[in-house]
Amino acid sequence: MTTTESPATGAVPEAEKKNWRTSGGVRGWFGRQHWAVRTALSIVFAVLAFLLPYVGDVPVIGPQIVTQGIDWPSALFNISYYVLLALGLNVVVGFAGLLDLGYVGFFAVGAYTVAMLTSPDSVLHTEWAWLASIPIALAITMVSGLILGWPTLRLRGDYLAIVTLGFAEIIRIFATSSETLRGDRGFSDIPHPPGSYADGKPIFGVADATPYYWLGLSVIILVIFGVRNLDRSRVGRSWLAIREDEEAAEIMGVRTIKYKLWAFAIGAFIGGLGGVMFAGQQGFMNSQTFILQFSILVLAGVVMGGSGNIFGAILGGALISYIPDRLRGIEDPIFHTDLFGFRFAIFGLVIIAIMIFRPQGIIPSRRRAMELKDREKEVAPQ
Amino acid sequence: MRQVLARAIGGLAVIGLVAGAAACNSSSSSDDSASGNCGYKLAFFGALTGSAANLGVNIEQGFELAIKQYNAKKGSECITVGKFDSQGEPAVAPGVARNLVADKKILGIVGPPFSGESEAADPIFEEAGIPAITPSATRVSLSANGWKTFHRAVANDDAQGPAAANYIKDVLKAQKVFVADDQSAYGAGLADVVKKTLGSSVVATDKTEADGKQTDFSAVVQKVVSSGATAMFYGGYYQNGGLIRKQLTAANWKGVLVGGDGMKDPGLAKAAGNAAAAGTVVTCPCSPPEKAGGTFVADYKKQWNVDAGTYSDVAFDAANIFLAGIDAGNTTTEKMNTYLSTVNYTGIANTYKWTATGELDPDSIKVWAFKFDASGNTVADQEVKTS
Amino acid sequence: MNFSGLIQDFGPLTITGLAQGAIIALFALGYTLVYGVLRLINFAHSEVFLLGSYACLIVWGLFGLDQNSATPNVAAVLGYLLLGLLAAIVISGLTALGVELVAYRPLRRRNAPPLAFLITAIGASLFISETVGVVTKRNITGVPPLIRPTDVVVIGNMHVTNLQILIIVLALVAMFVLDRFINRSRLGRGIRAVAQNPDSAALMGVNKSRVIALVFLIGGLMAGIAAVMYDLKIGVTRFDAGFLLGIEAFTAAVLGGIGNLRGALLGGLLLGVLQNYAAGLFGTQWLHAASFVLLVLILLVRPTGLLGESLGRARA
Repeated sequence: MTTTESPATGAVPEAEKKNWRTSGGVRGWFGRQHWAVRTALSIVFAVLAFLLPYVGDVPVIGPQIVTQGIDWPSALFNISYYVLLALGLNVVVGFAGLLDLGYVGFFAVGAYTVAMLTSPDSVLHTEWAWLASIPIALAITMVSGLILGWPTLRLRGDYLAIVTLGFAEIIRIFATSSETLRGDRGFSDIPHPPGSYADGKPIFGVADATPYYWLGLSVIILVIFGVRNLDRSRVGRSWLAIREDEEAAEIMGVRTIKYKLWAFAIGAFIGGLGGVMFAGQQGFMNSQTFILQFSILVLAGVVMGGSGNIFGAILGGALISYIPDRLRGIEDPIFHTDLFGFRFAIFGLVIIAIMIFRPQGIIPSRRRAMELKDREKEVAPQ
Repeated sequence: MRQVLARAIGGLAVIGLVAGAAACNSSSSSDDSASGNCGYKLAFFGALTGSAANLGVNIEQGFELAIKQYNAKKGSECITVGKFDSQGEPAVAPGVARNLVADKKILGIVGPPFSGESEAADPIFEEAGIPAITPSATRVSLSANGWKTFHRAVANDDAQGPAAANYIKDVLKAQKVFVADDQSAYGAGLADVVKKTLGSSVVATDKTEADGKQTDFSAVVQKVVSSGATAMFYGGYYQNGGLIRKQLTAANWKGVLVGGDGMKDPGLAKAAGNAAAAGTVVTCPCSPPEKAGGTFVADYKKQWNVDAGTYSDVAFDAANIFLAGIDAGNTTTEKMNTYLSTVNYTGIANTYKWTATGELDPDSIKVWAFKFDASGNTVADQEVKTS
Repeated sequence: MNFSGLIQDFGPLTITGLAQGAIIALFALGYTLVYGVLRLINFAHSEVFLLGSYACLIVWGLFGLDQNSATPNVAAVLGYLLLGLLAAIVISGLTALGVELVAYRPLRRRNAPPLAFLITAIGASLFISETVGVVTKRNITGVPPLIRPTDVVVIGNMHVTNLQILIIVLALVAMFVLDRFINRSRLGRGIRAVAQNPDSAALMGVNKSRVIALVFLIGGLMAGIAAVMYDLKIGVTRFDAGFLLGIEAFTAAVLGGIGNLRGALLGGLLLGVLQNYAAGLFGTQWLHAASFVLLVLILLVRPTGLLGESLGRARA
């Protein structure tokens, strides 16, 4: 990693008042710390994340955090694969600036490949273990990313959005209607991840979702390292150039086609990883999971959290899974009916509120936030 | 400054919303002073929101009605209702199921209504040992998993399909039949059995998208009209069934639409309009409620202000089976499960006696045909032979 | 694949497809107009349509009409139709304005990035459709049989009904009026000016905010008409009707060239007809897949749709 010097915020002019905000807030402070302090803090943070399944035991705050209508470790696992999807979509939308409305398609490809290779219902009859199917599943999702990426390279902005949406719908309809993918009948008995306790009980059983959450969290941490390195490498700088001005990037010698395909392939890879995890926890899956609204939600999460910022995407992905789950099993104070019916309506309002108050996302990408400031200055009085 | 303030207020608003919502968590405290076999819970597990909610709500209301009547008879809130909303989605089901099994007061589950979510949730119920009676998941393979807690209160697709085909062949005497389905595990499974039983009199087939995914059926309608079929079998649920019936009538097709129990719902007449729906035949592996002589239909209407829908009656029976079990002192999940394996209960829709795999005893399975009348209600037509 | 079936049913599939396509085209106008002026996908437009489809039902309900009513006489039908249309376009128009006011205007003031608009629109769409879902208990609502389909023209096995003719004619008239309005009127000139270059238009004295509101309103009016036609043709509506048809309408708008009024008409009709052909050829379950395959193929050859983007460049 190339974090030897603190980022741009260090260069605050002496004349400017050195308050918390101008010196970059929490992140600015974090950036100025010694690398050992930063590592220690990161580890503490990761450990806290691993302890989340037990947060309900914390007095006062704990019960406010855990979900009511859905088992808390399961909700955490749901969060973990939403976060994975958000991280992957962030590469495509946030880093490379390619608007992808059909991201769930890759999630589906990953999950279906696992199901095809492992489930006894599959026409392949291979019945592999979950672990063995992963490399092939990820390879196939990456290829599918390239297949989607290749023909859409000519398209810009909103045209890209509708074509990606179309691809995801085609995948969904194909999954529903083809005999091989079994449609609504689905695949049952997809094996869980391997491993067992000393007493022979499997670690990854059906009754407790905590191990799945820990597995998901570990994968997320690995993905964060990978994506961060990519973002700070030549690839990341090329994505940035493409996002800001594709023509200019091309003229300056950035091989836009190559790097756009890279973005699609890596995004697909991470999405496929989410699908693989999902299939391993679920044990059963059918075509109902891969609906369009799912893609749109994940996109909303990425933008809401802060498109282009890894931690923003994580927060956004977590929120889109957490808020609706948290609203389950809660009574509203006025009509005393359960709020679960309203949860997506409330969620819609929350999205609007967040975007109005923080158009650049909750944790914005620093570069994007600066751009936005420039743009705000440009607003002509109306 | 104004901006900062606005942001602060916005942030507070969001936090306030979540915290406020959290502050009024629905408390699940039931009084422990309950005497006798009181203080236990029965759970409904299924779709209460989402695109399949209409089917789930039918079942939940039938289930809840039974418990309300039981409590009214006892004069106290003896047995409480637990509602677990799976949205009918296999992806959501496991998390909700784990939440359900964490509640140790629950003695039995009515649900899950759909086959897909059953595949995802039943292993969790099995591990926790809580007996479940599904009022509507008809996928044949569900009973082949070796689950001890699985009980199916309806006949599976293999029993109902031949009956529907027999009705088309023997009663309607249709020479040309058009078969379509909605590609759901239920609808496609049923349609496949019907196709196999009818054999060469099936002149053409088609598949549609599921309920709520398609509303314009002009292509299907055109195929039916062109095929010259005098009867159409649709494997699917009542919304699509009603829409197809309405659009068939609009295209001036005079044949009879036949469907399975998924279409036995007043919603079909609501979608099609009573005039168009009249004459539509639905088969159901259940007996007409009036045969049982109860007041279920009227009670249901009174309680929920809507007509009983598909599987409301089966869910009502399933809840009553559990309640009878509680009355007999089966107050642990193990005892309840043992009780279910020996029970012989006659309810309003059927007589319930389970085999070792959780299927209904083949001898007790009756399939009836029902017809929509001019006021949009289903009336019993005749019993149909299942082989 | 069923070629003989397709050939045999070619006529009927064409006419039913055209009727469906006409509804899609009217719906697509909302996407196209907003895109033409703001370069944004108005995701909440599907809910503008949804509320329209309920508005006319509520008005008819006030007269005691429901799906089981008998078809009234011609004069009454005309009256009901006009009232229903009025209710639908008023509600749809107001919804569109409301969405603009709540989800777009605050962001525009702050010059937010384009993606932010997309997300607030998604939020608004979720809020409206889910609220309708809760209120209607996610059940279907039936439509009174105001127009009983009767054959007007019969050619071979192709039966053209009065309802189909009404839908197609109404759509064409609405499109024609709108086309005239945009190309000939003063307000229309303002819209085109903003579409071409918002800043120059503002300098030339065009009130940009008002133009944007106008564009949303017009899109809403058209969606209102489409909603009434949809109710009459399909016979029910429910909380997610807007989302489903919205995807098709959006596809149609892109197919014809988003931002281009005539493109929306062409895209809508083409999509309606080709979906039916695909359903005839491959089976109804492939209907939507076919429309997306078609879209991808056309965008590969013509990256800005069949007629290109051109709201601004429309000639008077």
